[in-house]
Parts: sequence; structure tokens; C-alpha cells
Amino acid sequence: MFAAAAVLLLATLALLLVRAVKGPTVFDRLLAGNTIGTVSVLLLATVGFLTGRPEFLDLALVYGLLNIVGTIAVLKFFRHGSLGE
Amino acid sequence: MSAALDLASWALILAGGAFCLVGALGILRMPDFYTRVHAASVTDIVGSFAILLGLALQAGLSLVAVKLGFIALLIFFTSPAATHALVKAALERGVEPLQGEGPSKR
Repeated sequence: MFAAAAVLLLATLALLLVRAVKGPTVFDRLLAGNTIGTVSVLLLATVGFLTGRPEFLDLALVYGLLNIVGTIAVLKFFRHGSLGE
Repeated sequence: MSAALDLASWALILAGGAFCLVGALGILRMPDFYTRVHAASVTDIVGSFAILLGLALQAGLSLVAVKLGFIALLIFFTSPAATHALVKAALERGVEPLQGEGPSKR
């Protein structure tokens, strides 16, 4: 059953990837990228339970932290044209 | 683990996966950027919290459940902040919302 949830999350990732490639504006791509980050955190947690290795949860935490930092950094770049001095 | 708890956790995990899929469908199919943001919140909040709660029910009271709680807390605080920044940046860059015709007057 963990496998079923993992398959559902992989299908979600595939749909989001289509939007990230297709997205007309840069903000569509960023939205898809941010959501891909969230879903990959969930996928990592699920796979950790699927393989019986809860160490994957630490990876999921790091992915979540990196996701927010990356999104805000790219957003700041597109809003101000630079990352600030 | 009792059978009822097991059943509840499976139902939560599968429902969370389904909500994630529905949110992604919304992001793919909605007509303009702002409606896509609205669809993304389904994946970010309902989907992730259902899956994490289901996994925590599987784990029981342990360090694993605490880590799952931290992941949930992280998503709870960062996802609305990221969405807010995203929409504000898009608005300042002049991404126009899709306007309808308005209510028809007869």
C-alpha cells in the first residue's frame, strides 16, 4: 500500500513536470517547481516507509528546507533583477 | 497495532495521494496563473498533511513520528509564505488575471 501511494505521488510529479516544461510565464514554472519540491518531500517519506529505512525522513527534511530557500531566492532574482548586494 | 488504526492510516495515505494528484491536475488544466496557484494549495496542504498523518499513524509514538511532525510543521509554515511571495512577485511583474465577461445584464 505504500507502493500505491508512491505511484500516486509519481503520477503527480509527472503532471507537474509537464506544467513546468510548458508553463507560459516564469511564475508558472516556479509554482510547478515549488510544488514538485513539496511532493518530492512526501515521496521521500513514503519511500522511506516502503523500504523500511526511516533515515529517509532526514533527507526529506533537508529537501524541504532547500526547497523554500531555492524558491525564495529565484523569486527575489526575478522580482528585483538581482539577488541584492 | 489495532486494525482500526491501520485502516485509518491506509485511508489517510491513499486519500492524500489522491488529493496530490487532483492538485496536480488542477495545476495542469486551470486557465491562468492565479487559478493554478489556487489548485496548488490542495497538493500543499490537504495532500501533504493527510499523507504525513497516515505515515505517523503507521510509525506510532517514536522518533519517526516526531520527524514527520517536523516535516509537517515545515510545510505548514513555508508553503503559504512561498505562495504569497510567488503571487506578489507575479502581480508586480504585471501578470494579468484572466477576466471574465461579468454577470450578463438582461
